[in-house]
Amino acid sequence: MSPLRTSAMIASIAPEGARTVAAPFGHALVALAAGRPEIVGMTADLARYTDLHIFAEAHPDRFYQMGMAEQLLFGAAAGLAREGFVPFATTYGVFASRRAYDFIYMAIAEERLDVKIACALPGLTTGYGPSHQATDDLAIFRSVPGLVVIDPCDALEIEQATAAIAAHRGPVYMRLLRGKVPLVLDRYDYRFELGRAAELRPGNDVLFVSTGLLTMRALEAAERLEADGIGAAVLHVSTIKPLDTQTILDAVGASGRLVVVAENHSVIGGLGEAVAAALLSQGVRCDFRHIGLPDAFLDAGALPTLHDRYGISTDAIVARVKSWL
Amino acid sequence: MALAPAGPPSNLELPLDVAGLAAMARQNRLDAARMFMVAGNGHFGSCFSCAEIVTVLYFAAMRVDPLRPDWPDRDRFILGKGHAAPALYSGLIRRGFIPEGWIDEYEARVGARLMTHPSRRYQPGVDASQGALGHGLSIGVGMALDARLAGRDCVTYVLMGDGETNEGSVWEAAASAAKFRLGNLVGIVDCNGLSVDGRLAEVMPMEPFADKWRAFGWNVIRLDGHDLPALVEALQPPRRDDGPPTVVLADTVKGKGVSFMEDVRAWHADAITAEQYARVVAELGASP
Repeated sequence: MSPLRTSAMIASIAPEGARTVAAPFGHALVALAAGRPEIVGMTADLARYTDLHIFAEAHPDRFYQMGMAEQLLFGAAAGLAREGFVPFATTYGVFASRRAYDFIYMAIAEERLDVKIACALPGLTTGYGPSHQATDDLAIFRSVPGLVVIDPCDALEIEQATAAIAAHRGPVYMRLLRGKVPLVLDRYDYRFELGRAAELRPGNDVLFVSTGLLTMRALEAAERLEADGIGAAVLHVSTIKPLDTQTILDAVGASGRLVVVAENHSVIGGLGEAVAAALLSQGVRCDFRHIGLPDAFLDAGALPTLHDRYGISTDAIVARVKSWL
Repeated sequence: MALAPAGPPSNLELPLDVAGLAAMARQNRLDAARMFMVAGNGHFGSCFSCAEIVTVLYFAAMRVDPLRPDWPDRDRFILGKGHAAPALYSGLIRRGFIPEGWIDEYEARVGARLMTHPSRRYQPGVDASQGALGHGLSIGVGMALDARLAGRDCVTYVLMGDGETNEGSVWEAAASAAKFRLGNLVGIVDCNGLSVDGRLAEVMPMEPFADKWRAFGWNVIRLDGHDLPALVEALQPPRRDDGPPTVVLADTVKGKGVSFMEDVRAWHADAITAEQYARVVAELGASP
């Protein structure tokens, strides 16, 4: 028997040979905390799988291990924030959104406390099955008044976003890619700005409106489409809430391009519905398509296969876009 | 490959004696290791620490019928620490619920019927889909209440990790089981002392653990979780009892049975090489 190396735990989202950066969130937080003594790190027995162990090693006096108890994690973060600290609290997206929602909604968001919630395994970035796949976190957290929700695309953006959310006053939910995170955006003229969408590349036929991991895929898909003579623009929307409606409206405008919203999330309640509502309520009509995960409990297994099956691999995206043109 | 189980092996005489249980516990670890080899990685430590517990449940304690996985009068088993699913799968395979051939598709392709966490959508004999820790004991309270209401003398067993008992929901369930006097509910805690971030004593100490359960109104049995006769004795609760619920605090060694995995945090879950797999098989006392 030889190991297949295809299983649920081999959950790298980096294609073979891709450039990666190790633990960008952990290192960015350490650098930031050096000059900001009010920043503390907290986790619920997942420091190692949220890259917070880097912070714990660098600043052991400002690291709180709360054990496997997510409601406690966010309740205690609220308590610290009320006294002037800026907690970065980490766990998996499923546990923050599903288990600790009430605590985040009332203890943190209702008081607009300065808690930064950084959660790993967003969308379909693990093959462990529904208990670990946060395919619904954007839907859940978009509905929290005043909570900023961001979905960074790569290591560069995670580094910049970590500093930006620390500078923002108020609660933030950040979807976190951890471990060896691909580096993509350094090839584009891009800098993360909270609340701002940005066009990464132009194109006359298709407009991808994408976020998170799916921006990486949209960029790859756009290059492939270009080779086939199809011009595809990519508008990266890393802040899901508040949505940069004006930039999206300007990009869609009257260009007549096929608009394809792409997100690493259920088709219910994420970027797709947010963009559709923004367009419709402004009277903008366009040819609109939506790439996201199905409204289903997803299967377990190897990520590349799952991404193909559920239509968010680059191959699947290219094929679907061509079928829509 | 058979799609449906053929029932228990014809030579299986239950309950197994201690020698039979010891052989079955070794088989449990070998089966789990084989699944992990198919996948290339897995939760070795978490499975190996509970091999004896699962083995005693399926071969010397629980009243189940592999040909009727949904038999209403069966005893229930909830694997709260769902990431130890391969230990459960081995029990289901060797007891005759699911075919042995399923091992070789463990996580090997999308749609494989055996995966990281147990799922009622795919596996006969699984009483609750698990994977998010801290759910098991609450579900067990509901099942035990149901058994009482329906007048069935079945027992509900819930196996938790010791780290899992950090979750507040465990203690909500613990309080309610005492209130309802669920003598037909047995909690088992696999006390291997390690969780993802390190030693439980540092991550979140739960000692004095037995005192906590007693204070919540439970009958507490503390034992060596690899001691088969002790487990056999502890896991036979009186049926139709309306006394206090029982918790078995099983002191175990994470990664038990494989020298380089025992009590090593990194083997909570890790990748395995062919060479390491050969060592695992050799140390467990069988040929690859």
